[in-house]
Amino acid sequence: MVSEQNSLKASQIESDYDQFGEEIHWTKKFLSSLWASKSALVGVIILLTVIFTAVFAKFLSPMDPSEQSLLLNMKPPGFESGGKVFWFGTDHLGRDLLSRVIYGSQVSIIVGVFSVLISGSVGLILGLISGFYGGKIDYMLMRLVDFILSFPFILLALATINVVGPSLTLIIVVISVRMWTAYARVVRGKVLSLKESEFITAAHSIGASNWRILLLHLLPNTLSPVIIIGSLYLGRMIVIEAGLSFLGLGVPPPRPTWGGILSEGRNHIYLAWWIVTFPGIAITITVLGSNMVGDWLRNVLDPRLRARS
Amino acid sequence: MGAFVVRRLLQAVVLIKCVLVFLFLLLHITGDPVMVMAPEDATEEDIKQITIQMGFDKPLYVQYYRFFSGVIKGDWGESYEHEEPAFGIVMERLPATIQLTAVAFSMSVLIGIPLGCFAALKENQMTDRACMIGAVFGQALPNFWLGLMMILFFSVTLKILPSYGRGTPWHFIMPAFVASSYQMARLARLMRSEMLEVLRQDYILTARSKGLNEKIVLVRHALKNSAIPIVTILGIDLGIMLGGTVIVETVFAWPGVGKLTIDAINTSDFPVVQVAVFVLASVFILINTFVDILYTFLDPRLDFRKV
Repeated sequence: MVSEQNSLKASQIESDYDQFGEEIHWTKKFLSSLWASKSALVGVIILLTVIFTAVFAKFLSPMDPSEQSLLLNMKPPGFESGGKVFWFGTDHLGRDLLSRVIYGSQVSIIVGVFSVLISGSVGLILGLISGFYGGKIDYMLMRLVDFILSFPFILLALATINVVGPSLTLIIVVISVRMWTAYARVVRGKVLSLKESEFITAAHSIGASNWRILLLHLLPNTLSPVIIIGSLYLGRMIVIEAGLSFLGLGVPPPRPTWGGILSEGRNHIYLAWWIVTFPGIAITITVLGSNMVGDWLRNVLDPRLRARS
Repeated sequence: MGAFVVRRLLQAVVLIKCVLVFLFLLLHITGDPVMVMAPEDATEEDIKQITIQMGFDKPLYVQYYRFFSGVIKGDWGESYEHEEPAFGIVMERLPATIQLTAVAFSMSVLIGIPLGCFAALKENQMTDRACMIGAVFGQALPNFWLGLMMILFFSVTLKILPSYGRGTPWHFIMPAFVASSYQMARLARLMRSEMLEVLRQDYILTARSKGLNEKIVLVRHALKNSAIPIVTILGIDLGIMLGGTVIVETVFAWPGVGKLTIDAINTSDFPVVQVAVFVLASVFILINTFVDILYTFLDPRLDFRKV
């Protein structure tokens, strides 16, 4: 019975026309499929919450995240003092952990979103060029991709950040240098197969310029794999940033980052379990949310992949 | 075939040379190599001495020649922190890193593959669901946090496993599990989908209809045919694990090259950072080369002329 209802729902989503034969607008289809997939809905809610927290950190955080009070150091969650409640406890310098975790979301979201946007656009453009023009350009770009992939990324990133000095911009650049390759490969493959299709031949035959074909015909058709990879990678970028901060090579203090709080908490793990617990939960939930949204987008935008997974 | 192996090895040599060039240029990227090389508390005298000693006052190509000819002899300069040749310090720590990676790799294979097969055989049953939920979490948990949580649980609360250091087999359990967690989860998911794919094939139906023992069908027909994509992933994973030891070794204070790298970064001991990155990157490149070559032996369909 339940599965019948599900399949009924699914068929409604997949048909392009409603019961009156009117065409369903794609946004409506999109939303109804989001509603049908509970995990995607949870993922979207998680991501929106994290983004909301990052944007409105100033209003949401109960205290100043860098205000120290050595009298209040390492107090457990729920500790009350002077009419203030420290819901997540305090760290080794007596700073309110909840406020620090709230502010920490800013760096994660900035690094995650910008590195996905930058690596995605670079990969998309180079992938389009590589697939469309072929020949020498294609050969060189694909060798470049192989070349970048044959090095251990984290190590070279560490060495670079060590020498140049850690900063938000550098971290985004370093992550993007490595990650555009994934987009470029997929986009190139897609363009190669699209090039053979009839609508591209038709566009060529009516005398459309290369630019027109690239922008109007190929670009829109390669966007969906880029969106899928982007959403699946968002979580990975956030983990990489947290990892770098954990190693002391992320965004420098006093700006709170989830990885940075974990690294400080590591030294006090025998006395204060909460410092290493809450930022980690924040990272994991954010990553899970991004993975859920990514899986759902993959199912909606690329039905072929759904059959395979 | 022989030509392919030779070409692949030459490629590896070129890539390792590129790492060297990268490490050399890195020194000059900020425009002031002395400041990178000099320890934090260096006086003006020290800086002058380092400039002359390292030849930073000479043209770039002369410096590169000096650097490169030193490297070939195994001379990377001295560590500021330990006042010993940097190369020796790194090589001393290498066995610990290789041991940890080897144990982690075996763990991911010995747990991930059976788990994936098991889940595939119980498709859509409770055990399958449980395995896959575990795998999803295994991929979402950042390994440094998983490490901290394991320390909290097994060392702080239960007091049954050591939280840092190396020595007994007990010391391996947490670091190796954490180092392998992501790969283990991915391997289990991949193995499950490969196995499901293979089990749907006609030759499995044929084997079963011949009345073959189910065990023989699974091991000889199904497992063998799902092996090729798994082997590729395994090779990639081994390299990733090696690079990831930087994080795991830092969490568990494991005295390997990864922790040494971070310590050297924190004490501005750049010669050690250079050697450590070079050694780990070279091992990474050699592993990938070896896996590529191995792969061509395993998959007879591959055409060497095209690779």
